[in-house]
Amino acid sequence: MRTLLVAALFAVSLPAAADKPRLPPNPAYKAECGSCHVAFPPKLLPSASWQQLMARLDRHFGSDASLDAKAHEEISRYLAAHAGRHDPPSSAEPRITETRWFIKEHDEVRAARWKDPAVKSPANCIACHARAEQGNYGD
Amino acid sequence: MRSIFVAAAMALAGTAQAAQPGELLAGYESAARRENPAFSGVSSTRGEQFFNARHGNEWSCASCHGASGVAQGKHAKTGKTIAPLSPTANPERFADAAKTEKWFRRNCNDVLGRACTSTEKGDVLAYLLRGGK
Repeated sequence: MRTLLVAALFAVSLPAAADKPRLPPNPAYKAECGSCHVAFPPKLLPSASWQQLMARLDRHFGSDASLDAKAHEEISRYLAAHAGRHDPPSSAEPRITETRWFIKEHDEVRAARWKDPAVKSPANCIACHARAEQGNYGD
Repeated sequence: MRSIFVAAAMALAGTAQAAQPGELLAGYESAARRENPAFSGVSSTRGEQFFNARHGNEWSCASCHGASGVAQGKHAKTGKTIAPLSPTANPERFADAAKTEKWFRRNCNDVLGRACTSTEKGDVLAYLLRGGK
């Protein structure tokens, strides 16, 4: 019973890290990175992974997401300052959905739900987390 | 020449370059005339075809922006909603020269695998200004 309680507490406290919008929004990050997908919370990837992504924005998961030098510098700084600390995904183009954190947090989501046309992609946070745009990922 | 300097200085300073869609359209027209001496004006009909056709890659403009750009679009990959692209439906569109150029740069590369010509940009803008009519 006790372990169950501890596990339950853990389950509540872990996602809480992404629940509350504690981070001051960065207008450049939101404008440049939040047009095609939700401006993902920087803590969902470690700094090394953000650097990998920022280095290849001209081919960002198959799309051109290139930035001018000023925006590139500002956003890089913002991501580095607020990046997470967990292990980076191993792929050359790291995805948040490949992190152990993401997989564990979403293990209750059934395969059929991911394939729902309204969800379309696991990067479409807002399909299930209605307030994702505001930085709130509560269940 | 002086206006080019002013525009360059503004772009360097990172200032938002407020503009009207009509001004941008005129700019694309004069650039198209310089690029192509045979250019005889923008065509919203050409723009409509261009906007809705695929150009060798997976997506057309309409894949994410919808056929006329008047309704809300949806990103073809992530599913994220995209505000209407036509200035008739969304006054924020084509209201900033630097922002407009940035998105043409990115999206033309995705759709065509190259930069768009000024004629193509002007045609598309002329089509979007028709507001789905």
